[in-house]
Amino acid sequence: MSNTIRKISIPVISVLLGIIVGTIIMLVSGYDPAAAYIALWNGAFGEVYFVGEVVRQITPLILAGLAVAFAFRTGLFNIGVEGQLIVGWLAAVWVGVAFDLPKIIHLPLAVLAGAAAGALWAFVPGFLKARFRVHEVIVSIMMNYIALHVSNYLIRNVLTEKADRTENIPASASLRSDFLSSMTDYSRLHWGILIALGCVLIMWLILQKTVKGYELKAVGFNQHASQYAGMNVNRNIVLSMVISGAFAGLAGTMEGLGTFEYVSNKAGFTGVGFDGIAVALLGANGPLGIVFAAALFGFLKVGALNMPLEAGVPNEMVDIIIALIVFFVAANYMIRIFLEKLSKNKSKKGEK
Amino acid sequence: MEYVIEMLNIRKEFPGIVANNNITLQVKKGEIHALLGENGAGKSTLMNVLFGLYQPERGEIKARGKVVNISNPNVANDLGIGMVHQHFMLIDTFTVTENIILGKETVSKGKIDLKKAENEVREISERYGLAVDPKAKISDISVGMQQRVEILKTLYRGAEILIFDEPTAVLTPQEITELIAIFRTLIKEGKSIILITHKLKEIMEVCDRVTVIRKGEGIGTYDVSGTNPTELANLMVGREVTFKTDKKASHPKETVLEISDLTVKDTRGVPVVNSLNLNVRAGEVVGIAGVDGNGQSELIEAITGLIKKDNGSIKLNGKELSVLTPRKITESGIGHIPQDRHKHGLVLDFPIGQNMVLQTYYKQPFSKAGFLNKREIDLKAKTLIEEYDVRTPGAHTPARALSGGNQQKAIIGREVDRNPDLLIAAQPTRGLDVGAIEFIHKRLIEQRDKGKAVLLISFELEEILNVSDRIAVIFEGNIIAEVDPKNTTEQELGLLMAGSKDKKVGVEKNV
Repeated sequence: MSNTIRKISIPVISVLLGIIVGTIIMLVSGYDPAAAYIALWNGAFGEVYFVGEVVRQITPLILAGLAVAFAFRTGLFNIGVEGQLIVGWLAAVWVGVAFDLPKIIHLPLAVLAGAAAGALWAFVPGFLKARFRVHEVIVSIMMNYIALHVSNYLIRNVLTEKADRTENIPASASLRSDFLSSMTDYSRLHWGILIALGCVLIMWLILQKTVKGYELKAVGFNQHASQYAGMNVNRNIVLSMVISGAFAGLAGTMEGLGTFEYVSNKAGFTGVGFDGIAVALLGANGPLGIVFAAALFGFLKVGALNMPLEAGVPNEMVDIIIALIVFFVAANYMIRIFLEKLSKNKSKKGEK
Repeated sequence: MEYVIEMLNIRKEFPGIVANNNITLQVKKGEIHALLGENGAGKSTLMNVLFGLYQPERGEIKARGKVVNISNPNVANDLGIGMVHQHFMLIDTFTVTENIILGKETVSKGKIDLKKAENEVREISERYGLAVDPKAKISDISVGMQQRVEILKTLYRGAEILIFDEPTAVLTPQEITELIAIFRTLIKEGKSIILITHKLKEIMEVCDRVTVIRKGEGIGTYDVSGTNPTELANLMVGREVTFKTDKKASHPKETVLEISDLTVKDTRGVPVVNSLNLNVRAGEVVGIAGVDGNGQSELIEAITGLIKKDNGSIKLNGKELSVLTPRKITESGIGHIPQDRHKHGLVLDFPIGQNMVLQTYYKQPFSKAGFLNKREIDLKAKTLIEEYDVRTPGAHTPARALSGGNQQKAIIGREVDRNPDLLIAAQPTRGLDVGAIEFIHKRLIEQRDKGKAVLLISFELEEILNVSDRIAVIFEGNIIAEVDPKNTTEQELGLLMAGSKDKKVGVEKNV
């Protein structure tokens, strides 16, 4: 078996296993799995409106996945994507409502503000790791809570006067498009998907083609050897977190300038940042893999909303399936052993 | 004479390669039998077959004359085969006893009877003269002691045949002497030993017979008393090997490296390099002899800018280095073959080709305007792979997949190719076989002959004596003597390394 097939087979088998086990759970709980899956499919592809919603959902998932994967590829575990996403969302909308500018300036400025805010939020754990060897996982988890509550405070006290949400951003800062929207039966589909795909390309370029990417990967794999080779290890750690945070900030920007066009008080986390971890894991931290993984998750999440209506199956069922898929990817050792045995048996049969 | 274990005409294949072909190894009771071969010759594969980790395609294994099928390591254990691995399999936070009984705990009423186990361990330890404290924590004892714990582990499990995989690679000279004494006790108690090694000196010193394998083929078994190191080396490598590195007299010129009054303190403030003075001139190899831990690593790290000095100066061609960043120091003309090639020399997960530009990737022609030029990198990699005989399927193979010798050749190629004025080689041949050692020594001399300065740090006296033009002995962070390799002996050096300043007195004492 070639290496590429083996690499792809693990996520694919994990998805299948997730669906199989999900089916069993549905059967045991007295639901009709066939009806549930049909409802899921219809909920995602049954109408052009749903297709638009699926793509909209995929957009921030891709960016959150990229954020996690970029850090991971350079030896860091950015668990603070959620927080970076929240501050990115806030900053983008803030720039959106605070200024009155022509679209050609306003929109890019708002997008950049979102990316910059995410980058800044990720800079903190990066800096603490580089300077004081504080583990980035601990700091970035705490930064998630700080982001949530600081953002809520600012929305209530600075952006508005005790309101739960800001006003809508003007059209000059919006990613929404009448064209895309009308094409998909007035879904919330927006131009953000292009930004997300552009970022996929950027990540691939940085990691595969640039001098900085070479350095970042070297530091991620082996700090000692990188230091011996004269690289500035600390600066690279910070840079890696900053780039990762910028992707995360953009994920929030997609929600702020595209999906919702405002920012509201949040009772809890959006979950998209944490889904990014699952997306990166399922996509094996590769740019293309992340697109596929995000597409799958987007499809499942949007399609699930139709399951209670059409099949009477709670949409939480899909959360269980997603969790199962993540479990099987994480436990890929099991699958690999199974595949190895399979190919061994095959080659033995071939001999005889 | 009865054989305790026989491996007859063993053949083991892996997809695409034959790792073992027609190898016969017969071990007599009570002998020390060496298994000699270059890195990658198939020694480990053969031992893994014996240990039940691999099944051979052909051939049979006999234990005490009876054919056995060793289908897994438990069968090997039951047959009394025990293995002391090169990389120890111990849990740092456990005590000696806890490690030894792991998986074979004596349980009474659901609790581990540690007292009883400790007594058993102590008893075995005393019987074989191992002097291990059963209650000591692994993290608190020396590497040599840890190895004894591994030996105890096999004895505790009733091993009759002990396999040692490169046991001296991690030991200091004193510990090696002690290990050899342990070997003798084991034999006296009726055990048999298989010693996997590529160190000829050890074989001549302790072994009774030796089986040589080369490129997976069994070459033959010889009585050690009827052979000599040169013959063994030739058998192992398959061609004539020279031990004495051929070199002309050196013609040192201007001073390249000038270290004066250098002091480096560790984190506790204790000076590990202590007012050290050292000069290396163009066209000479200066060898630093010393027991591990006398400030060698800190000296190198101070020169290369990886740690800060506390006092003194380090000058390269008259320019002060200690104020520069590691990158600037590298650029100013220093090549460094680090002691730990996995930790410091290579990014193991990178392809070997990308490792070849680890210090030069940001320069033309390997990159332009921030983008890598993969074609130029591949080109450089291919040139170096060819020139330095790095055996790899290609430039895109991960460095991790290469054997130690080939990894080292790649590092040396990279460092020498940058044409540095000063080449620092720390333990450049550690763990390598004679063929690779010969190659590397030649390259070091070549640099010298090109008029470069070479600083060699090694714990192997033979290497120091062989390659250096001048030897500086380091002891407790200070150079305590400088000697001419032509007028000194290993004994003399050994005494100096132990800190006896007046070598005359030392030698007399020894005589």
